[in-house]
Amino acid sequence: MHIDWAHFTPWTALAGGALIGLAASLFVVLNGRIAGISGLLGSLLQRDSDGRDEKALFLLGLLAAPLLWSLFGALPKAEFRTGWFGLAIAGVLVGLGSRYGSGCTSGHGVCGISRLSPRSMVATLVFMSGGFATVFVLHHLWGG
Amino acid sequence: MRRLTALLAGLLFGIGLLLAGMSNPAKVLGFLDLAGSWDPSLALVMASAIGVALLPFGWARRQRRSLLNTPMQLPQKRGLDHRLIGGSLTFGIGWGIAGVCPGPALTLLSGGYWQGLIFVLAMLGGMGLFSVLERRRNS
Repeated sequence: MHIDWAHFTPWTALAGGALIGLAASLFVVLNGRIAGISGLLGSLLQRDSDGRDEKALFLLGLLAAPLLWSLFGALPKAEFRTGWFGLAIAGVLVGLGSRYGSGCTSGHGVCGISRLSPRSMVATLVFMSGGFATVFVLHHLWGG
Repeated sequence: MRRLTALLAGLLFGIGLLLAGMSNPAKVLGFLDLAGSWDPSLALVMASAIGVALLPFGWARRQRRSLLNTPMQLPQKRGLDHRLIGGSLTFGIGWGIAGVCPGPALTLLSGGYWQGLIFVLAMLGGMGLFSVLERRRNS
């Protein structure tokens, strides 16, 4: 391992993380809900879920963020390393896995760890390891 | 009021993702690439988010109702099971393939990337598949 200093962005990482933490805090303190994106999306797909309006509005706010950002400046660039087929496979795995595992990076990684949930700590450890292992296999063993 | 705060929290969450670099799949993959040239930025994103959220969540855990007087709805499940482990592993593999998780998928979609559209449709498909399998399991 060597650290990629050229792409390391500590200050925006810390500031962005603080905003994410603040947003999750507001949602739980004011609305009493977990800001877990897969959980919010998944429960909107089910007919018998409560508080659909709040869940939908949180996601709407999330969707509106790039539009608001672009009013004030250029959106940060996004680069993809995967073609449409890889994106489709990845999307299905992310959707299915986050629902079976009851959460994703936001619900387990941020909210769950912040409320000291052992389940979320284990889930975060497992999906991080899964991510590290997958990148290792795809980028170092398989193709490079 | 609770609708307005939900909207604002979502907006703030999205701005945070964009600022942090989470909405750039290449940067996420750079973080997940321990054996290559490793970009530790996202570890700081997570540490910072948890650092800010620790006290508010600690408060919320002890409450029955939120400040806007809605029921405090925190997950009640305890204990580890194969669904948590298997699901999280599946999610992690998908995350490692594309470098996209559910929150950034939505900002990529509304940011106008066709890749975001494909990913979100596939992700909703995966979630729908889960709902179908669950219904079959429970019937």
